[in-house]
Amino acid sequence: MEHAVATAHAAEHEHRTSTGLDNRKLVMWAFLASDCLFFGSFISAYMIYRGRSPSGPCPHECVLNGVHYDGVFNIPYTSVSAFVLLMSSLTMVLALAAIQRGNHRGLRIWLLATALLGSVFVGGQYFEFTTFYQKGLSLSSNLFGTTFFVLTGFHGAHVTVGIIMLLSLLLTSLLGRLPASDSLTVELTGLYWHFVDVVWIVIFTVVYLLPM
Amino acid sequence: MATHQEIEPGGHAHPGAKEYVLVAVALGFLTGIEVAVYYIDAVRPWLAHLLIILSAVKFFLVASFFMHLKFDNRLFSSLFVGGLILAISLGISLLALFHNLFV
Repeated sequence: MEHAVATAHAAEHEHRTSTGLDNRKLVMWAFLASDCLFFGSFISAYMIYRGRSPSGPCPHECVLNGVHYDGVFNIPYTSVSAFVLLMSSLTMVLALAAIQRGNHRGLRIWLLATALLGSVFVGGQYFEFTTFYQKGLSLSSNLFGTTFFVLTGFHGAHVTVGIIMLLSLLLTSLLGRLPASDSLTVELTGLYWHFVDVVWIVIFTVVYLLPM
Repeated sequence: MATHQEIEPGGHAHPGAKEYVLVAVALGFLTGIEVAVYYIDAVRPWLAHLLIILSAVKFFLVASFFMHLKFDNRLFSSLFVGGLILAISLGISLLALFHNLFV
């Protein structure tokens, strides 16, 4: 019965295109290309206004108008967050490999692991934002606060959307509506997830580590 | 075991779990190096260059292996790299423009 449903599902999705490629995958790549520009704009804004705030707090230790400010960044903490997100990319690709082998149990385990790692990252970001706020940095406190919170906030929103997509896939799989022949759905979600990971690779370097 | 991997025209089979784990180990190692060089005063003159190179390698590894750009049809790579080039050009243009305005 399950096989019949899977076959019918596959036939439903089977369609010819002029490129010979699946349109859904093309659209996802086109979306990711446009998202490069979205994040490129915010990263550029952060770079342009870096070190131009007339008042603190600063990302790293600084003196502005004779006032000393401790830096708000905690590099070891953010490094662990970056590592967690990188490892979530591994679990995501293992989920895809599992469904391509028809291993549904493996798919569910790796999807859940990816969603959990993503949640740890978002939770860590929430904690980081709260700590920064307590140190006097807000969206409107200075140029650093505005560009930092907008950039990392939008990234966090992307990760949150990714977690919702992962949990939806997990639920679909648990309901038996995600046959191995429909592995492209997992692959598309994976592409989105890996994209938020590569964006964080850039943000971690440009925002947190690059010297002034 | 039968696989349900769809190989598009112009594409190749994706790697297995072992290769993915090796890439993840490399990514973790590179992140460790990034954080380590941040704290080493001796490399401070080249810190920006080092960090950009390490970040680019990590980006390339994820895009090539986890996003399968190395194995899939080149049209996907063209789309993504096109967007990436536009984004980098936008950043360089804005930085050049605002650098002149602020100086």
